[in-house]
Amino acid sequence: MNHLLTTEGLERSRIESYLDDAAAFGEVLRRPIPKVPALRGKTVATLFFEPSTRTRMSFEKAAKALSADTMSFSPDTSALHKGEGLKDTVLTIEAMGLDLMVVRHQATGAPWRVAEWASVPVVNGGDGCHQHPTQALLDCLTLRQRFGKLDGLRIAIVGDIRHSRVARSNIHAMTALGAEVTLVAPPTLLPLHTEGWPVTTTSDLDDALGELDAVYLLRVQAERGGASVFPSFAEYRRRFGMTRDRLRRLSPEAVVLHPGPMIRGIEIDAEVADDPRALVLDQVTNGVAVRMAVLYQLLGGDHVG
Amino acid sequence: MSAERPLLITGGLVLTDDGPSAVDVLVREGVVAALGRDLAVSDAAVVDASGCWVGPGLVDLHTHLREPGEEHKEDIASGSAAAAAGGYTAVVAMPNTNPPIDAGHLARFVVDRGRQVGLVDVAAAGTISARRAGAMLAHLDDLWDAGVRMFTDDGDTVADAGLLRRAMEYVAEIGGVVAQHAVDPGLSRGGHMHEGALSSRLGMQGIPALAESIVVARDLALVRLTGCRYHLQHVSTAEALALVEAARSEGLPVTVEVTPHHLTFDETQVATMDPVFKMMPPLRPASDVAALREALRSGLIDAVATDHAPHAAHEKEVPFEEAPNGITGLEWAAAAVLTEVALDQTGFFAAMSMRPATIAGLGEHGRRVAVGAPAHLTVVDPKTRWSPTSTCSRGANTPWLGRPLTGRVRLTVLGGMPTFAADPLGVS
Repeated sequence: MNHLLTTEGLERSRIESYLDDAAAFGEVLRRPIPKVPALRGKTVATLFFEPSTRTRMSFEKAAKALSADTMSFSPDTSALHKGEGLKDTVLTIEAMGLDLMVVRHQATGAPWRVAEWASVPVVNGGDGCHQHPTQALLDCLTLRQRFGKLDGLRIAIVGDIRHSRVARSNIHAMTALGAEVTLVAPPTLLPLHTEGWPVTTTSDLDDALGELDAVYLLRVQAERGGASVFPSFAEYRRRFGMTRDRLRRLSPEAVVLHPGPMIRGIEIDAEVADDPRALVLDQVTNGVAVRMAVLYQLLGGDHVG
Repeated sequence: MSAERPLLITGGLVLTDDGPSAVDVLVREGVVAALGRDLAVSDAAVVDASGCWVGPGLVDLHTHLREPGEEHKEDIASGSAAAAAGGYTAVVAMPNTNPPIDAGHLARFVVDRGRQVGLVDVAAAGTISARRAGAMLAHLDDLWDAGVRMFTDDGDTVADAGLLRRAMEYVAEIGGVVAQHAVDPGLSRGGHMHEGALSSRLGMQGIPALAESIVVARDLALVRLTGCRYHLQHVSTAEALALVEAARSEGLPVTVEVTPHHLTFDETQVATMDPVFKMMPPLRPASDVAALREALRSGLIDAVATDHAPHAAHEKEVPFEEAPNGITGLEWAAAAVLTEVALDQTGFFAAMSMRPATIAGLGEHGRRVAVGAPAHLTVVDPKTRWSPTSTCSRGANTPWLGRPLTGRVRLTVLGGMPTFAADPLGVS
């Protein structure tokens, strides 16, 4: 069974194949009728045990643009409240008849468990602080559109890396495509052990700034401890925020990415968020195209790129 | 077989007062009736123990039988069957049941249920704190009167040093041993696995080795203060072992147990994200596993204790982080120890029976095989290769099913009665 659970160990050729297809589907999305019949008759289910609106909408838009049907599951309206376990939930939904599951869950590894129990392909829509592979693919697509390739790009990922599945997925995908990745965070937000990771680490953003081609900002995750892991939001902004001043010190060709939702005034100043060098909305648009490519490939479609 | 029929165990190497001896063992009316070469008895049930070790019945210091309150996971009947199949003739039932065993009548219930089932002597451990809530002392003297000799809040650490000190002062006077599940709650909060490179990679919060050793260091200071006997449960780190070693050379009354799973598996298993590898304390790096094996071999670790912790299948059919801690192990603890640690016969029974019986105050158990002594015996083949395929426990949350092992329990005898036999008994 073909799944997309992690970018760790994903071969460069596989990543590029997703990106190539996503570029082609991006063309489809710009047509007057942005829809192709590639997955007509297929059903894609989104099982989001952790609340999320935008990622779910992005997957649903992708499925519909391929003419697939969609079903969705949310824990707040489900039998989970009645005490049903994850396995029973998954098997029940699968028994309704579906062809692929997208699983988001607050616990690391949950999509792997689902992939064990289910008999359809599973896409990891984000598990705990572990992996979020489609986010990494859309980020790589966004950078590739801007720079042509990722080889040799110098990228800083800034913020709460310790609790970030986006960072963990991007580290593998970006470096697999040839980029050099630096992690920038205060010690309390860096993973405790990064030995063996294909990255360098620093807690001095300004030192790295002038050399960078891209700055990837992570959201300050208030719900994961917020201000208890650094002294104050003001201090965080001063040391790690992408301020107007820092934007000026970036090279003119450099870009700013953010997986959203952004917290303006903490990790990103409003002026930066609205600057043309911030590619945040391109990332969102590319998210739909990348997810089309993933659904299409996992459901057996031929390479379209 | 009837209670009256004698039992003759032939051809084995028997752990006697003079060390391992090649003698037959005749069991009659619940006691060892004779030891000698080529014993001939008519109408006895006969067990051919050629190539096997015969020794005192195994004693587990750390069993979760789940009754009362969580009988969907295990009950005293199913847990006793698993214990007998694992060669055990006595187990100490942990008190983290519902309700917790914090008073004498509750301990008596557990012991009585064990006696009704009759497959293994069930000793009840009592809690240290009332309702196991970590605030006030349990009815320690009442528990003692009900036969409790081990006091523990297992499953939770007694974090309040003042409470633990009072418990130690009290237990030092009435007798028994204070046993600690040593995992600092602050350092382990939110953690699910060993803190290290793998936890960072998986994005899971880790539990540092320090969470264990910091509790042990503090507790040893309280032992020095109170003189209370102290037993460290399920040690998992070399750091904590070093503290125990220093305390022992100082003369402090400290004992320590290790589980079969901490002797067998290291933290890399967690990369599978299979909750069968989730337990507390967590699996540690290979360097700790090596230190545990060496400490068991050298005798620094007194005892192997299973921490047999059954859960219903559906409770483990969840993501790793949401799964309960614990794995089962009564049935293959002996095999796991023989597979992982090079112990001779005396060393094996010392760690699996004699020292645990002493720690738990179970005077009838853990004695070398001698004429006139109660016939609590285990026959183990230390060389057989096999893989477990089924379990008597209600919980199947174990990584040992299907795993190759060397060494197997062939016979368990409780008070002269076979409670488990791997092969049908013959008749002379």
